[in-house]
Amino acid sequence: MSNEIAILGAGMHPWGKWGHNFVQYGVAAARAALSDAGVPWRDVRFVSGGATMRCGYPGYVAGATFAQALGWQGAEVNTSYAACASGSQALAAARNKILAGECEVALVVGADTTPKGFLAPAGGYRPEDPDWVRFYLGITNPTYFALYARRRMDLYGDTLEDFAAVKVKNAAAGSKNPLARYRKCFTPEDVAASAMVADPLRLMDICATSDGGAALIVSSVDYAKRIGKGDAPRVAAISTVTPTFASGVVEMPDIATDSAAAVGIDAHSYRASLPIKAYEEAGIGPEDVNIAEVYDLSTALELDWIEDLQLAPRGEAAQLLRRGDTAIGGRIPVNTSGGLACFGEAVPAQAIAQICELTWQLRGQAGERQVEGAKVGITANQGLFGHGSSVIVKA
Amino acid sequence: MSNKALAPAIEGWHTMGDQPRLIGTRCCDCGTYFFPKQNDYCKNPDCDSSEFEEVELSRSGELWSYTNASYKPPAPFVAADPFEPFAIAAVQLEKEQMTVLGQVAGGIGVEQLKIGMPMELVLETLHETDDEIKVTWKWKPVTA
Repeated sequence: MSNEIAILGAGMHPWGKWGHNFVQYGVAAARAALSDAGVPWRDVRFVSGGATMRCGYPGYVAGATFAQALGWQGAEVNTSYAACASGSQALAAARNKILAGECEVALVVGADTTPKGFLAPAGGYRPEDPDWVRFYLGITNPTYFALYARRRMDLYGDTLEDFAAVKVKNAAAGSKNPLARYRKCFTPEDVAASAMVADPLRLMDICATSDGGAALIVSSVDYAKRIGKGDAPRVAAISTVTPTFASGVVEMPDIATDSAAAVGIDAHSYRASLPIKAYEEAGIGPEDVNIAEVYDLSTALELDWIEDLQLAPRGEAAQLLRRGDTAIGGRIPVNTSGGLACFGEAVPAQAIAQICELTWQLRGQAGERQVEGAKVGITANQGLFGHGSSVIVKA
Repeated sequence: MSNKALAPAIEGWHTMGDQPRLIGTRCCDCGTYFFPKQNDYCKNPDCDSSEFEEVELSRSGELWSYTNASYKPPAPFVAADPFEPFAIAAVQLEKEQMTVLGQVAGGIGVEQLKIGMPMELVLETLHETDDEIKVTWKWKPVTA
């Protein structure tokens, strides 16, 4: 029995630093997705929201907040918080509801309004909070991205030019995306001239935080067929597995890794474990994938993800990049939306936005960004405290 | 010359003196190490122990990776004025099979670091208060 659901509609509010209430972005995205699906709001019987932690109580109960803003019509609601994977968890909740036969059509939506400047932890003396500890010692988010980037340089021979080439590639894709916040093309010289933040990463290697919203209308395959959309793209897999002890890569916000000293325990990389379950669930392999949206918190991290998704052997992602394979028109285009490089991170919306891009690509509606003949797409993202996700969408 | 007293920036996380060591715990059942200390539950999925002993971790290890902070981090970091950029190291401890982050000792930049080089623990000032010098662990190349 298939566990697929149909994606009937995708919609987004443009990313930016608008400073409006997050609800406004979520409603705009939801209405765009409803319109795209051609489904009346009253037909939606489940509203699954990604929570935001930055916008007070309405953000903690985002599913209900969006449902009320769109006009209460008696649907059931859910709110999921899973850091950067919140949108995928919200989608998983909707899929469960649909596959259990409890509803036919669901709205999945996430939106955020981000504060200006650094995201700092609460004050005081709180050594029991790893996030407080690392900031007290001077360790910020780019520290972690830079440690991984340096490993790539040392182990695989990646260069600063490779990292800059990721930015140039994603900026070129984002320049063709009206929903992206940054739509300017850059040269390798532009990247090299930007300020060093955390050696070897420069300002233009690291993503910003943004306001934005994204939404999907999903349904049972049966419902899709009944309304004449039997050929809509399908969600073929959702993986939200935790890491496996012992994690051998130091992850934000921790100051140390797990210890793998006990008998029978091996150190693992967390990112690599996420897509394995997704491929198994979809019954396909990395060779079947035509397009990927990955969480490029830094340029170098995009290269890590390409290997974690097994789109290249470990250490060879930069070779794909240099050959142009990961650009639009290449063998396996990555971040055709422009990625976080052009969007900036809007946490509860980001995983959903990745699926919006895949949906448009698989329908052949991505305009100047269109990847010819794309049939299977995969997403990957990672957040704090063991949250991450990988979703596979099939035409 | 300051006559302020030296005090650990975070109480109980490392020993004081010339040969400082991080203080962690070790599961009495499976032998998993924890830093920061874990005294309540073992995180090894195959172990349900709640017995831990306090242990001093290895003083030296191998450089896993490194970077620096070119810009002043936000509070609770207390920055000197003007801000002095500093390097940051992730060091792998052989016996404990774990990697620990920390600042690199003052005056050592990323150009002096190389993955795989031996590093050792030292104590240096993190910041000063009105009456104390708050020290913390930092990593320093053994050869430097």
